[in-house]
Amino acid sequence: MFDIQEYTAAASLADALNRLAERPDWKIIAGGSDVLIKIREGKWAGCSLLSIHGLPELSGVHMDEQGCIEIRPLTTFAQAAADPLIGSRLSILAQGAASAGGPQLRRLATVGGNICNGAPSADTAPALLCLNAVLDLRAAGKSRTLPLAEFYLGPGKTALEAGELLCGIRIAKEDYQGYRGCYYKYSQRRAMDIANISCALWLKSVDGAIADIRLAMGVAAPTPIRLPQSEQALLGLPLEQGRRRIASLVRQEIQPRDSWRASREFRLQIAGEIAARCFAAAC
Amino acid sequence: MGEIGRSIPRLDAKDKVCGTAKYTEDLCPAYALTAKIYHATVANGWVKRIDIEKALAVAGVVAVFTCMDVPQLPFATAGHPWSTDPGHRDVADRLLLNRRVRFYGDDIAVVVAVDEIAAARGLRAIQVEYEEEPAALTPEQAMDMAAAGASPLHEQFADNILGRSQYQEGEWPCSTKGLIAAKGRYVCQGVQHCHLESAVSFAWQEGDKITLVSSTQIPHIVRRVVGQALGLPWGKIRVIKPYIGGGFGNKQDVLTEPLNAWLAQKLPGRTIKLCLSREEVFFATRIRHPMTIDIETLADRQGVLVARSYSAVACQGAYASHGHGVTANGMTAFRDMYRQSQALRQQAITVYCNAPAAGAMRGYGIPQETFATEANMDDLALALGMDPIDLRLKNMMEPGFQDPVTGITCHSSGLKECLRQGAAIIDWQSKRQAYVGQTGPRRRGVGMALFCYKTGVYPLSLETSSARMTLNQDGSIQLHLGATEIGQGGDTVFAQMAAEACGMDTADIHVVSFQDTDVAPYDSGAYASRQTYVTGMAIQKTARLLSEKILAYAADLSGIAAGDLRIQGRDVVKQDDGQPVISLAALAEEAFYSLENSEHISAQTTNHCRSNTFAFGCSFVEIEVDMPLGQIQVLQAVNLHDSGKLINPALAKAQVHGGMSMALGYGLSERLIFHPQSGKMLNGNFLDYKLATALDTPDLQAAFVETQDPTGPFGNKALGEPPALSLAPALRNALLHATGVKINQLPLEPQRLTAAFRQAGLLEGGEDHV
Repeated sequence: MFDIQEYTAAASLADALNRLAERPDWKIIAGGSDVLIKIREGKWAGCSLLSIHGLPELSGVHMDEQGCIEIRPLTTFAQAAADPLIGSRLSILAQGAASAGGPQLRRLATVGGNICNGAPSADTAPALLCLNAVLDLRAAGKSRTLPLAEFYLGPGKTALEAGELLCGIRIAKEDYQGYRGCYYKYSQRRAMDIANISCALWLKSVDGAIADIRLAMGVAAPTPIRLPQSEQALLGLPLEQGRRRIASLVRQEIQPRDSWRASREFRLQIAGEIAARCFAAAC
Repeated sequence: MGEIGRSIPRLDAKDKVCGTAKYTEDLCPAYALTAKIYHATVANGWVKRIDIEKALAVAGVVAVFTCMDVPQLPFATAGHPWSTDPGHRDVADRLLLNRRVRFYGDDIAVVVAVDEIAAARGLRAIQVEYEEEPAALTPEQAMDMAAAGASPLHEQFADNILGRSQYQEGEWPCSTKGLIAAKGRYVCQGVQHCHLESAVSFAWQEGDKITLVSSTQIPHIVRRVVGQALGLPWGKIRVIKPYIGGGFGNKQDVLTEPLNAWLAQKLPGRTIKLCLSREEVFFATRIRHPMTIDIETLADRQGVLVARSYSAVACQGAYASHGHGVTANGMTAFRDMYRQSQALRQQAITVYCNAPAAGAMRGYGIPQETFATEANMDDLALALGMDPIDLRLKNMMEPGFQDPVTGITCHSSGLKECLRQGAAIIDWQSKRQAYVGQTGPRRRGVGMALFCYKTGVYPLSLETSSARMTLNQDGSIQLHLGATEIGQGGDTVFAQMAAEACGMDTADIHVVSFQDTDVAPYDSGAYASRQTYVTGMAIQKTARLLSEKILAYAADLSGIAAGDLRIQGRDVVKQDDGQPVISLAALAEEAFYSLENSEHISAQTTNHCRSNTFAFGCSFVEIEVDMPLGQIQVLQAVNLHDSGKLINPALAKAQVHGGMSMALGYGLSERLIFHPQSGKMLNGNFLDYKLATALDTPDLQAAFVETQDPTGPFGNKALGEPPALSLAPALRNALLHATGVKINQLPLEPQRLTAAFRQAGLLEGGEDHV
C-alpha cells in the first residue's frame, strides 16, 4: 500500500502543464520507479500525484531534417536500449539504458525520470552529458532550453522549477556524427544494482589521433559530471598515448567521496581503470 | 518398494509454480487489522518518555501499545526443544517490547490500525525521548565498556559475555623446531538469511484461546514460547503453519509471534496481521553471527598435524537467541574434522553488543569455522610446499572417529571419494601446475575446501519426533507430522519414506502439509539438517505399526495369518508368492463401514532418536580474478556431498544448488554494514545488500558419493545445511592460488581485493593495464 493523497492522470501535455500551474506541489509520476520508492520510505508519504504516463506528446524518439535527435522523456530504458536511432547514432546512451536495473525496471522507468530524479548514479546521465544533450523545459505559457550540464545542481537537486516539465532531450548531429564510444557501469552486481562509479566516453579520431574526446562520469561527484581537464589533456594525442594516460588523468581530476558504499580510494582506482577500458573499447 | 532413491517431482511443485499454494498472507482475511512496530533510533539506553497521543489521533489507528504496557515475563526465543533441566535452558532475556533499548531498531512500541497507511502514519506521530548511553557495537567494545563500569546489556551478564567454552587435549609443543606453522586471524561478517517471504503472522482470540497463523519452521516451539511470553497455559495457544517462503534458520526462532498473540489478547475478536517489511527483516529479526577466529596449526615436514589451536569471538548482538550454542558448534567442528598427534587447544566466547541479534542460520556456526579452518589449511599447505588435497587426506576424519565430548561417531565416510571426484571434475592437478607464475591483470586459480557436519542435535539436545498415519476410506494414507516443509522438499521425502516403509506407492501417501499444533503430533521442526534422519525414523516406526494393523485386519478377513501377508502397492498380498489377497481400498471400506468390526485404522508413534552421524563434502572452484577491478569471476564451481543414501536425488541436487548460492554470496558479496557511531544498519535492503542475482551466479554443479549410513533410517545423513559450508573458503583458496594474496576476511568484495592487491604491489603501473 502506498500513502498517496490524490492521483490524477493528465489528459494531454497542455492539461498536465495547466494542472501543474495550479498545483505545483504535486509530484509528477511517469514510470514510478523512483517516485514510489520515495513514497514507500516515507519521504513523500501523503503526496499527490500527477501522472504523465503514456502521453503521446512526451513519447518516442525522433530525428528532424537537420539530424537533431529528440528523445522524449517518457521513452523507457527498454525502448531507449532497443531504439534503432539511438542504437546506431547514440550507442553510449543505449548501453547506459540497457545497464539499469533488470528487465521489469527497464520497461517501467523512463529516461526523463532518470534525469529529473537528479541521482549522481543515473545510468543515462554520463552518456547524455557526452552528447551535449539540451533539455526542453516547459511550463504553462512558457518554455526554455537548458544544457543538461547546467541542469544538475546537487544530489537530487535539479534546475527544474515548480510547474515545469521536461518535454524533450535533444542531441545535435555534430554531437554524434563520427563518434564512437563506450559506457562502463561499475557495480557490485551484474544486474539490479546502481553504479559505484560509471563512465561514458565519446571519441572522434582522425589519423590515429584524438580529434575530440568527451568523458563523463557518474558517482564521481555530487552530480554526474564531464571531465574537462582530462578531455583537454587528451585532445590531439595519438590514440596509443591517450590509452596510456587516461587512467591517471581521470584519477587526478575527480573528487569522489568516501562513503560506506565505497571508499574514495576504491572509486579512484575503478574510475581510472574503467575510463581506460572505455577508451580501449572506443578505439 | 523402491520408493527411496527415486527423483519424483515435489508434491508441492505444481501449486507453488502456479500460485495456488497458500502462504500466511494468502490466508489472512482482508478485514484483519495491521500492526506495525516502532523501532528505537538509538543503539543503547532507555526509553524515558513515549508520547502516543498524536498517534492515537491519526484516522484509522485503533490502538497503540508501548514498552510501558507489556507483561514483565522475560522469554527465550531460540527454536530449541524445551529443556526439563533448568541449567540447559535458553537464556530468557526478551520482553514483547523493550524499555531498555539494546540496539538501533529495538522494538519499543506497536501501532494497530485499519490498514498499513494508517499504521505508518501512526508510527510517524509517535514521539520518544531516550536516555542514551554510548553504544558498544563490537565484542571488544562491549567487553571494554563493561570492564570500565558501563551498565551491561543484560543485568545477569555483568561482563557482557553470554557464554564461553574451552577444550584442551595434550601438551602444546615447547619447541617448534622442525615444525611448520600456519597462523592467521580469519574474520567472518554478519549476513542475513534473505528468505523471500517476510516474517509474517496473524492472530486472533476466541474465548480464551489464541490462534496464530505464522510463517515458521517450528510451530510447536512457537506455541510453547508464546505461552511463556504471555503467561498462558500452552494448550490455550494454537499455532498453524502454512507453506512458507523460506526460513534458513531465521524462522527457527520465535520472532514477532508473541507480540502478535499479545495484540490478539488485547483486542479480543479482532484479527491482527503483523508483517515485517524487508527492511525490518534485515535489522529486527536475526542475522548470522559475525565471528573472529584465530587459528594456529603446527605440522611436521611430512604434513602430519602436530598441534592445533582455535580461538573464536562471536558477536551476539542485543539478545541471546541461539547464542553461544552457535559459537560452540563451530568449535566442535574444528575438533572433529582433523586429527593432531600432540595437542589441541580451543576456546570460544560469545559477547552481547548493541547490534541486531544473531541467531540460527543455515550452518549454525560452521560456515565461519569452515572458512577459518580451511583457509588455515591452505596456508599450511603453502608453507609446507604440499598439495592442499594431500595435506587434508593425511589428517582428516576417518570412519571410527569418535568426538571425545559428544561421543558422536563417524559411521560412514565418502569424503575421500568426494575429493577424488572433485579433483577430476575441476582438473586439479594440471590447473594447479598451469597457473603457477602468471603475470598480467587477469589471473586464474583453483581452490578447494571440505567440511564435516552432524545430523541433528543429539546428544546436546532432545531429538524426538512423532508421526501419525491414518488409513483413508479409499485405501490411501494420511501422514501427519510435526516436522515442517519449509521449501526444502521435506513433504516429498516424508511421503517417499512412508511409502517405502509400508510397501506402498508414494502417490498413495497424502502428507498433511500444514501443521496445526492442536492436532499435529509433536516434532521440534525444521532445523539442524535433522528431519530426514530424526523424523524419518519416526515415519519408519509408524509405518511399520500401521502395516501391522492393516495386515492384522486383513488376516481377520482372509483367515491367512498376518505373518504370511504383506502390503505391495495397493494390495495386501501373500508373503511368499505375491498373490493378491485383498486390495487396500476394499480392506479400508470394510474397516470403516463393517457392521461387525469397524475400525479407523491408524498408528501414532514417537521415536526418541539417540544417534547422530557425520555427513561430509567439499567444494572445488576455478576463478578468474580481474585485479584492477577487484572482481572475481567464478568459472566453475562444484560441490560434492556424502549425505548417505539419497531419498530423492533430484531434490538433493536442488538443495545443494540453494546452499551453494548462499555460500557464494557469503564468500563474495554479502555483508551487513552499520553506522560506526549510531549503530544503525545502513544497507538493510535488497539494493544495498549485495545478494547475488541470477547473472552473478555461475552454473552450480552438484555431485554425490552415496554411502549407506548404518544409523540413518534409510541409510541417509544430513543434507540441509552442508551445501552452504565449503564454497566460501574454496573461493578464498582459489584467490590465493591465483594471486598469492591471502585474504582472510569475508566477503571477498572488490574494495577489499583492490586494497590487498595494491598492498601486494599487484596494481603497480595501473595505467598500462588495458
